[in-house]
Amino acid sequence: MRKLLVLTLAFLVTLPAVPTGMAPDSDRAILHVLNRIGFGPRPGDVDKVRAMGLDRYIDQQLHPDRIPDAAMIARLSELTTIGMSSREIAETFALPALEARRERKQDAKDNGAEALKRKDPEQERASRVMLELSEQKMLRAIYSERQLQEVLTDFWFNHFNVDARKGPDRFMLTEYERETIRPHVLGKFRDLLEATAKSPAMLFYLDNWMSADPNGPHLDTRMNRRGIARVRPQQQQGKNAPKGLNENYGRELMELHTLGVDGGYTQKDVTEVARAFTGWTIQNPRQGGGFMFNPRVHDTGEKVVLGHRIKAGGDISDGEQVLDILAKHPSTARFIATKLARRFVSDAPPPSLVDRAAARFRDTNGDLREVMRTILTSPEFLSPDAYRAKIKTPLEFVASAVRATSADVQDATMLVRTMQQLGMPLYQCQPPTGYKDTADAWVNTGALVSRMNFAVSLTNNQVRGVSIADPSAVRAMVGDEVSDSTRATIAKATTPQQMAALTLGSPEFQRR
Amino acid sequence: MISRRVFLKNGAFTLVSLGFAPSFLARTAYAAGRSGRPKQLIAIFQRGAVDGLSVVVPFGENEYYRVRPSIAIPRPKSGDGAAVDLDGFFGFNPRLQPLKAFWDARQLAIVHACGSPDSTRSHFDAQDYMETATPGVKSTGDGWLNRYLQARGAHPSTPFRAVSLTQQLPRMLQGTAPALAVNQLGQFGIRAGRASETVGASFEAEYAAAADRVLNGTGREAFDAIKMLKAADPSSYQPGNGAEYPPSAFGQALKQIAQLTKSNVGLEVAFADVGGWDTHVNQGAGQGQLATRLDDFARSIAALVTDLGDRMEDTVVLTMSEFGRAVSENGNRGTDHGHGNAMMIIGGGVRGGHVYGKWPGLSADRRYEGRDLAVTTDFRDVFGEIVVRHLGVADPRPIFPGYTVQPAKFPGLFA
Repeated sequence: MRKLLVLTLAFLVTLPAVPTGMAPDSDRAILHVLNRIGFGPRPGDVDKVRAMGLDRYIDQQLHPDRIPDAAMIARLSELTTIGMSSREIAETFALPALEARRERKQDAKDNGAEALKRKDPEQERASRVMLELSEQKMLRAIYSERQLQEVLTDFWFNHFNVDARKGPDRFMLTEYERETIRPHVLGKFRDLLEATAKSPAMLFYLDNWMSADPNGPHLDTRMNRRGIARVRPQQQQGKNAPKGLNENYGRELMELHTLGVDGGYTQKDVTEVARAFTGWTIQNPRQGGGFMFNPRVHDTGEKVVLGHRIKAGGDISDGEQVLDILAKHPSTARFIATKLARRFVSDAPPPSLVDRAAARFRDTNGDLREVMRTILTSPEFLSPDAYRAKIKTPLEFVASAVRATSADVQDATMLVRTMQQLGMPLYQCQPPTGYKDTADAWVNTGALVSRMNFAVSLTNNQVRGVSIADPSAVRAMVGDEVSDSTRATIAKATTPQQMAALTLGSPEFQRR
Repeated sequence: MISRRVFLKNGAFTLVSLGFAPSFLARTAYAAGRSGRPKQLIAIFQRGAVDGLSVVVPFGENEYYRVRPSIAIPRPKSGDGAAVDLDGFFGFNPRLQPLKAFWDARQLAIVHACGSPDSTRSHFDAQDYMETATPGVKSTGDGWLNRYLQARGAHPSTPFRAVSLTQQLPRMLQGTAPALAVNQLGQFGIRAGRASETVGASFEAEYAAAADRVLNGTGREAFDAIKMLKAADPSSYQPGNGAEYPPSAFGQALKQIAQLTKSNVGLEVAFADVGGWDTHVNQGAGQGQLATRLDDFARSIAALVTDLGDRMEDTVVLTMSEFGRAVSENGNRGTDHGHGNAMMIIGGGVRGGHVYGKWPGLSADRRYEGRDLAVTTDFRDVFGEIVVRHLGVADPRPIFPGYTVQPAKFPGLFA
C-alpha cells in the first residue's frame, strides 16, 4: 500500500508542470486558431499558417479587406439573387408570387379548392431567394479566405437575429446580411446597431414598423377640409394598420442587442424606448421599400431612458439618442464581450478575459476589431482549458467536415438541407435570441445520429452536388488529434471512405 | 430483475429475448415498477389556425348562421352534414363523429373561447407564444413542455422521455431538457447501405470509449435508442383494440406515439403536428376542404385513444391551434385570422362530456375587436391545469414565467 502511494507520488512529481498555454508555433495552437476564427482547417492550412506565423495570420484575419478572395467569389457567381436589393427581389420574386397567389384564390373561388393545391411556379421561383442566400452562406463558410469575417457575420446575424419565415422577411434577408451586418462586423458597434435599427428586416421582424403613438395620428398632418382629424374607426383599418405602441423592438433592443437581460433596465425604460422609436417604419414592406421615419405617428413627448432625458419635440433623433445611450452603456460592453468570449473561447469564458474585452469595448467606443484583437491575442484564448472546449454548432460541423475533405461543392443545396436535419435551419431561428452558443443546445441523441449519417454520406460521395477526390486526406489531417481508442477504431475500417466517415463522425470532430 | 419482469409483462418489444436491455430502460422500468406508470401528455398542434367555430359548433347561436351563410355547419338532425349534438348548444363537426364515443364516455372535454391574451393575428408570432406559453414575450428561450421536463428535475434518463414525431424539434420542446425529434422511428439509425452494421458498431465503439463525458453519454443513449427501435421493428407494429389509423402522415405519427407508449421506454411527453387549417378560401362546411382535414384529424386521434386502451388512464391528449378564425365568413367563402378557439382534452382522468369556459357569444358587441370570438380562458390555464392536476407538478411557476397559475382559474378539467 505504502509502496503504491510512493510510486504514485513519484509519478506526480515527474509530471511536467502544467503548461500555461499552447506554444504559438505548435500544430495544436494552429489547429485551435483555425477551428476558432474560422470553420476549421483544410488540408495544407496548418502548414500555411505555420509559414506565415500565427500572430500574422490572426492580424490578417482582422483585416479581411486585405485578403484576396477571388476563388470564393467565383463560386458565388451563379447565385444571381445574392447581389440584389430588397426592392429588386420584391419586383422580381415577391410581387409576382403575391399576384399569382391572388389569382389562385380567385381561381379557387371559381373552381373549388383544388386550384389551391396545384403547385405555384411563382412561389417556387420565390423560394429561390432563400435557397440562394443559404447556399451563399454555406459556400462562404467553406471557401472564403476571410474566415474570421464569415464567422463574425454568422455571429452578428445571430445576435441581431431575424427569422426568414416571418412575412416578407424572407425577401429582406439578402440585403440585411449583405448591407446591414457584414460591412460592420469589424467596425464600430454603434454603426452596426443603427444599421439594424433602421433595417426593414428588423423593423418588420420585431414589429416596430407598425408601432405608433397611441395618441396619434397627429391632427396637424391629417385633417379634412373642415379641420376634423380623419381618424377612422378601428375595425375599418387593415389588420396591420398601426394601432398603438408596440414594445417588442424596445424590449429586445435592450435585452438581446445591447444591455442583456440583467443589464439594469426597467419596464418603464422599455416603454420609453418604444415611444422613442415610434415612426421608425418601412416604406411599403411588401415592395422592398427602405427605412422611413414617419413623423405623423411619432410620439413627440419627453422620454426618460435609463436616467437620460430626451427632450420633447424630437423626431428621428429620439431613437438615435437611445442608440447612443445604449451603445455607451457599460452593461452593453460587458454583454457583447461575454458573448464574443463565449463564441471564441469557451461556454463559460474566464471572467478575467471578459473584463479586459469589455474594457477595450468601452475605451475604443465599441471598436469591434479591437475587442476581437483583445480576445484573440489573450493568453486565455490559447490556454489548454480552451482547447476543444466548444461543441461545434451544426453549421460549424458541416462546414468543417466539407473543408476537411477538400470537397468540391458544385451545388450547396443538399448541405443547406442537411442543416435542417441537424436542427439548425439557416435563417430560420424563430426567437430573436438567435441560436444558442453553448453545448447543451447541440448535444442530443437525434442530432448526433444525424451528424454521423452526414459524415457517412459526405465521405461516400452521396451528398448531391458535393464531390470528394480523396477521402484519405481527412484522416491524414485530423488523425493526430483523436484519442488512441478512436484511432484504433478507425484503423479497423476496411475502406478509406469508412475511415473518413469514422473520423468526421467521431466525438473529437464534434468539438472545435 | 424488476426490469425484466416489467418487460415480460408489458413489453411489446422482445428485447430481453434478444439479449439486449439498455441501461436506461432498466432505470425507467425500475421507476415505473416503484411508482406506477409515468403520467403522459400527448400534445397535438394544428398549425395554421383551425376554425374552432366549425369544429365545436355553437349551433345554439342564430348569429352563427347569420354571418356564415355558406360555411356554417347545419343544426343537428337537419340532414346531411349536420352538426353532432353534444349538449344542446354545441355540436361536433360531423367529421368529428369518430370522437363522439369518447365524449359520451366522459373522457373528452372541450375548452371553447380559449386562447391568448395577445392580440396578434400572425401565425408566426401566435404559434411562438403558444409554444413558449409567454404571450407577448418573444425572447423566451425554451418551450413550456421543455420547462415541464426541467421542472420534473432528476429523472431516469431515457432518450424517449420526450419525443416529437416531426423532422425538427418544435419550439414547445426546445430547451435544456433532452428531447428527441424523429420523423420515422424505423429510419432512426446509422445509414451506410450494406455497411450500416459495421459502421454503426464502429461509431458506437468510438463514443463508448470517449473520455468526453457529454458526448460519451449522449452517444450511449443514441445507440441504445437505435437498437431499441430496431428491435421494435415499427413496420410490424399491430395496433391494439382494433384501432385503425389513417395512412396520413398525421395518423402514422400518432401510431408511432402509441407504439412508443406501449413499449415502456419511459415516454412522458409526445408531440405531433398537423397542418392545412388556414382556410381563407372555400372552407366548406360538412363537406369540403376543412371537413377533409377534420376527417383525418378525428380518425387519427380516435385510433390513438382506442389503441392506447387502458393506458389512457395515465395519458392526456391535448389539441391546440394558434388562434381561431373570424366569426363572419369572408368574401371567398372562407374565414380570416381570428382570436379565440377550441381545445380538446382527452384522457381517462379527464372530466369529459362537457364544454368548459365561459361562452362570450357571437354578436358583434360581444366579439373581440368587433370581429373575432373573444377569449375567456387563457390557454395557460388549460396548460397549467394539466401540468398541476394531471402531471402532478407541485410548483408550476417555473413553467409559466410571468404568469400566475392558480387553481381558481383552472377550467376544472380534472377532479
